[in-house]
Amino acid sequence: MLAFTLKRLGLAVLVTLTVSLLSFSLLFMSGDPASAIAGENASASDVDAIRALYGFDRPFLVQYGDWLTSALRGDFGQSYYFKMPVSELIADRLSITMLLGVCGISFALLTAVPLGVAAAMRPNTLIDRTALFISVMGQAMPSFWFGLVLIVIFSIRLNWLPPSGSNGWQNFIMPTVVLGYYAMPAIMRLTRAGMLEVLGADYIRTARAKGASEMRVMFKHALRNAVVPVVSLAAVQMGFMLGGSIVVESIFALHGAGYLAWESIARNDLPTVQALILIFSLFYIVFTFLSDLANAWLDPRIRVG
Amino acid sequence: MGSIALAAVMTGGHALAGKAGDTLNAAFTKELESVDSYFNSAREGVILQRSIWDGLLYLNQETGEYEGNLATSWEWVDDTTLELKLREGVRFHNGEEFDADDVVYTVNYVADPENGAVVQRNVNWMKEAVKVDKYTVRIVTSGPFPAALEYLSGPVSIYPNEYYAEVGPAGMALKPVGTGPYMVESVEPGKHFVLKKYEGYHDSPKGKATIGTVDIRTIPDVNTQLAELFSGGVDFIWGVPADQAEKLAAMGRFNVVNESTMRIGYLELDAAGRSGDHPITKRAVRQALGHAIDRQAIVDNLLKGASKVVNSACFPTQFGCEQDVTAYDYDPEKAKALLAEAGYPEGFEIDLYAYRNREYAEAMLAYLAEVGITANLKYLQYSALRDLRRSGETQMSFQTWGSYSVNDASAITSEFFKHGAEDFARDDEVKAWLDLADTSVDPAVRKENYSKALKKIADEAYWVPLFSYNSNYVFTQDAEYTPTPDEVVRFFQMRWK
Repeated sequence: MLAFTLKRLGLAVLVTLTVSLLSFSLLFMSGDPASAIAGENASASDVDAIRALYGFDRPFLVQYGDWLTSALRGDFGQSYYFKMPVSELIADRLSITMLLGVCGISFALLTAVPLGVAAAMRPNTLIDRTALFISVMGQAMPSFWFGLVLIVIFSIRLNWLPPSGSNGWQNFIMPTVVLGYYAMPAIMRLTRAGMLEVLGADYIRTARAKGASEMRVMFKHALRNAVVPVVSLAAVQMGFMLGGSIVVESIFALHGAGYLAWESIARNDLPTVQALILIFSLFYIVFTFLSDLANAWLDPRIRVG
Repeated sequence: MGSIALAAVMTGGHALAGKAGDTLNAAFTKELESVDSYFNSAREGVILQRSIWDGLLYLNQETGEYEGNLATSWEWVDDTTLELKLREGVRFHNGEEFDADDVVYTVNYVADPENGAVVQRNVNWMKEAVKVDKYTVRIVTSGPFPAALEYLSGPVSIYPNEYYAEVGPAGMALKPVGTGPYMVESVEPGKHFVLKKYEGYHDSPKGKATIGTVDIRTIPDVNTQLAELFSGGVDFIWGVPADQAEKLAAMGRFNVVNESTMRIGYLELDAAGRSGDHPITKRAVRQALGHAIDRQAIVDNLLKGASKVVNSACFPTQFGCEQDVTAYDYDPEKAKALLAEAGYPEGFEIDLYAYRNREYAEAMLAYLAEVGITANLKYLQYSALRDLRRSGETQMSFQTWGSYSVNDASAITSEFFKHGAEDFARDDEVKAWLDLADTSVDPAVRKENYSKALKKIADEAYWVPLFSYNSNYVFTQDAEYTPTPDEVVRFFQMRWK
């Protein structure tokens, strides 16, 4: 298990470095940051002054080297746009995104796994069809539309929940549902398929034959095996939620890291974009790494393979 | 991290909203980069600036006259020296006393390009400020600058010298301190700003604030802003699209007020041929473009409200904005004739660049197609398009300019016709007139030369001026407010009914 862990860890570090170098060079080529920082109403001389002030005239590799050494010390520089340390800015925004991500993935798992199990237990019945309908809906509805529909119903008609902001737990209910519902269908389908496959396996027949209760067969024998691919998928979905909740954060005015990343690209706020790309890719890498470990623990065959 | 998240959730709910809680909840659309007014270039920043700080002068929106604010009187000692007497007994929000040292420190700090004030044009006309005595100060300009009073009543506000020296722009952005009618209770960068009425506000022509608390949140999605408005979470929004505003007005639940802004839209034409040889370098073709587009129809159907067709390369109320210029009325036949005269009876193909209001650009494409011009829309981010324009690669682009709400033609005409990177006319005669108008202290000389420049710009059709923009202000029926064409939302002039 140790060798396996170390191998995966080494790979994760290499992937991180590659991502940072690639994203840095792509951003560098994408346009004149001085022009973007100067803003919409700046004159030509404003832009020139800013270019010199920020050192955009230096060679690419020098700028990357500077950035990387500081980043390793946790210093991501100053945001060009907000004129404050990127690390402070991101800590504030990331806490909201992480809270939303954890709530979203919990909501997705807590609804998708039971639905998937129920559908697999009674395949091709009304239960199965209903579960399928719910999941297709989730896949088909765009988040921005679903979010607005929820706002119209629960904020305007019923006046139960605030439409936007992040002041209290009530603010997170609708965003959680919208974000979680988007991730739910894939998890449900995978749980259902996994369960169906496992339920047909010999060791389930053996478990039943030796007189184990149906509950024990389902959860101890079947689900543990069926859930292996679900763990990997949930890890990827979690990474997606943290980096890609842009639409949800924008509609509900949550000011999280996803929205910050999106806006920072338009503002050419390189230090912020760069730090966020690194952090988002770290999320993917850490979650993939953890799911590898979890799967190795769930299924000993993976450790050797 | 977990604890921050928890804190974000736990920190109290909304203050009692609306008139009952003496709190006006307002929404910003854009995340403001910095509250320090010298370090942002956003409309939201100007709005906060006018509430938190004061200028030396104040422009009375009704009379158009300059009045004393932090200064009580002023006079030009010579062409480049303005002497001001300062108001006594004014205190900043932190208790610091206001005097000549504050003016000297602020002016000398922001006028130094090393300090990187974002909008250099707002400050680089000042060379320095010199203290004469405790309540007398002289501002020395870099050259004759007749628009000085306009800037002193607008973007130039006075900071407390001791505090600013200690905390700098970063500290000022997080805990702003001024003399203005509102003091800042809290700032969450980009997303949340809370203002409290400043009880000790001096006897300023701006008037004391009457609403106790102004709570501003940034809500990027206009639909969410409307949802907040309906559910009572927000009392005041502006910049509401025309179609939404019409529906809101019909409901009768809110005050919906439309007012013009100083922003105008125009087609920038590469008359000088910076991007190579192409049809637009011919005057007849540029004139044809003017006749081809039904600007009135675009105003009536898309912009609506207080918007108007403009014919001169400036906003009509700006000083020196000559209105008696050649106007190109909608006449497709004339446009076709002009194209034929220029040697393009079958029309031609060209790129139209744009960065905002895609629907207006698309309407123009349709009008151009009617006279035989096939225009391909290239829709880019503002900064990307500006890079292209600055390197002279665009033949025709749909641009807009808000003049920073500066009510003087120097803020627009001179910005684009004095051979800068965004000048596609490169007309020496126009530049000479504008130079004269920008630096003369005699209003008659200024007017005459702006007029000459603007007439030639129209005759040569260097631009196709299109229309002025407008904004819809929507707010609770509990509140009263009269918006102004400079698009500055003045919270201190709002009151409960």
